[in-house]
Amino acid sequence: MPLLEVIKEKCKGCGLCVKACPFGAIEIVNKLAVVKESCTGCGACLDSCKFHALYLREVEKQPKVDVSEYQGVWVFIEHEGPQIAHVSLELLGKGRELADKLSTYLSAMLLGDEISPLVEQLFRFGPDRVHCIEDPILKHYRTGPYVTAASLLVRKYRPELVLAGATTTGRDFASALATELETGLTADCTELDIDPERGLLVQTRPAFGGNIMATILCPHRRPQMATVRPKVMQMPKPVDTKGGEVIRETFDLNEDQILTKIINFIPSTETVNLADAQIIVSGGRGLGAADNFRLIEDLADVLGAAVGASRAAVDAGWISYPHQVGQTGRTVRPRVYFACGISGAIQHQAGMKTSEVIVAINKDPDAPIFDIATYGIVGDLFEIVPLLTQQFKRRLRK
Amino acid sequence: MHAVVCIKQVPETTDVRFDPETNTMVREGVSSIINPFDEYAIEEALLTRERFGGKVTVLTMGPPQAAEALRTALAMGADQAVLVTDKAFAGSDTLATSYTLSMAIRKLGPLDLIFCGRQAMDGDTGQVGPGVAHRLGIPQLTYVCKVKKIDWESRRIEVERLLENGVQVVESPLPALLTVVKDINQPRLPSLLRMKRAKQAEIPTWGAIDIGASPSRIGLEGSPTQVIRTFSPPKRTGGQKLTGEPEEVVKELVDKLFASKVI
Repeated sequence: MPLLEVIKEKCKGCGLCVKACPFGAIEIVNKLAVVKESCTGCGACLDSCKFHALYLREVEKQPKVDVSEYQGVWVFIEHEGPQIAHVSLELLGKGRELADKLSTYLSAMLLGDEISPLVEQLFRFGPDRVHCIEDPILKHYRTGPYVTAASLLVRKYRPELVLAGATTTGRDFASALATELETGLTADCTELDIDPERGLLVQTRPAFGGNIMATILCPHRRPQMATVRPKVMQMPKPVDTKGGEVIRETFDLNEDQILTKIINFIPSTETVNLADAQIIVSGGRGLGAADNFRLIEDLADVLGAAVGASRAAVDAGWISYPHQVGQTGRTVRPRVYFACGISGAIQHQAGMKTSEVIVAINKDPDAPIFDIATYGIVGDLFEIVPLLTQQFKRRLRK
Repeated sequence: MHAVVCIKQVPETTDVRFDPETNTMVREGVSSIINPFDEYAIEEALLTRERFGGKVTVLTMGPPQAAEALRTALAMGADQAVLVTDKAFAGSDTLATSYTLSMAIRKLGPLDLIFCGRQAMDGDTGQVGPGVAHRLGIPQLTYVCKVKKIDWESRRIEVERLLENGVQVVESPLPALLTVVKDINQPRLPSLLRMKRAKQAEIPTWGAIDIGASPSRIGLEGSPTQVIRTFSPPKRTGGQKLTGEPEEVVKELVDKLFASKVI
């Protein structure tokens, strides 16, 4: 049964709701709105009806848990050895704000081996507590043992929120943990806030490649879980450590019980990681040939920037897939993004449009990239890019 | 070898655009396709079958018209397809979807590998694959860019995972669930002959009762998350177009970038 109901007596068949439906789930048949199965019950159509002919059937949802028993905001700390992922620190910043609004505590959930130096580092970024499990098995991230450890902590201490980075590790972890805990998980949130009346986490995220935004709640189960991409939240300023409470638990898993083994890690040969880069210089179809990526690399070198690419350039075989920015590649949010010879299809924009400053260089004055560029130059990239390299070289005295 | 591929039918996203006047999504003429990431999953399953023999089953949960996506997968070379469809599944979030798919997979019987795309192009969550693996109690190998080897005697698989800062080589026992990235292969096109056959293929449809799904764990009731509002994102507006002689324009741009302290 679709969730949306039409009051036949009130419906005039005007079709406004058809236009308002993001899922194409309403049609007009014989001057009456008819709801199709694809209705998700999102409610986007409700306000469109001038005749108050639409309403959402309330689905009886048994509260699965006593939500009042859950308190505290937790952030999953992603790290490799002593190196804490920036996204985890960014989330501690956001977590502080959410915890204050809820008048509760903020905790860093830290799993790993030899983690003492990490605990000190973490307290500089604002958590009141660190919940941790230290065990050689947790030395490197692996889904099984990490989810076992995390679910043990969550079941014992009952946080109301758990946040994780929307990285390969964070998504892998959060998806399995939410399934284990049978709770809701919202991916790639771009905004997180607290509903002042109900105290719920209000999660906003893009879907359809950024063409539509959705606001999502998880009212009846705990913890409420969300992932956030790197660079979406502000990095908090570290403070002189005031220390805090460290809560340690242990678990008894031994290596024989763990299914997956990490055999090797081959670090990327790239000097700059796209996801962390402050400046990115990207090339697209306009480059015309693999050799011409040299121009992009030259500019990137001068700026200490990472090299990105559009899907067209990757599909043409001019540069490898890890460089691809966009919906099917990486999402980036540098301070400056140079798009050289990139027309700016919506899929490319989905991966870079939140960059602080966008510079577009394209010979087609109608290229969609100019619609979002902070500064646009209509011109020949083969002329402009080398000039830019030259200018920066001079100005940065390299 | 029995490989199962979980696929999703999605709108062809290039067609999804907003009408700036009504601020609503333009849906007319939007065609549906197999989620592009799932094509890599199908291809990898077919390649594995070509190396080791066996069969490939494609599975989708969706409305009745999602059968079209299954037919495309059959035309690519899959051996059989199952459509999991029921009004009771409407409104499923990722938790309910992974439950439903895992119940259908249990009904399929013994298997060695499950392939999924790394995420769907419309929802973009990447949560269903790992959810299915966790429910089935099998290892999840996410973001796989290469299957290095499968040893059938020890029943172990070795894969490369594409992470942000490099490639991780991992080994796990079978059965395992793999979510794959674009780098892994080049999906084949459906063949004409197979397309004809696929059109006539019988595709069994399984409802909630057929897979033994508990009513409280499917559809809207089984979904902890609720979408309360959808809206058009704030539009980023274009800024300045710099015009003039190349040397001057470049100088102006560099000045502006330094002035705004982003460089």
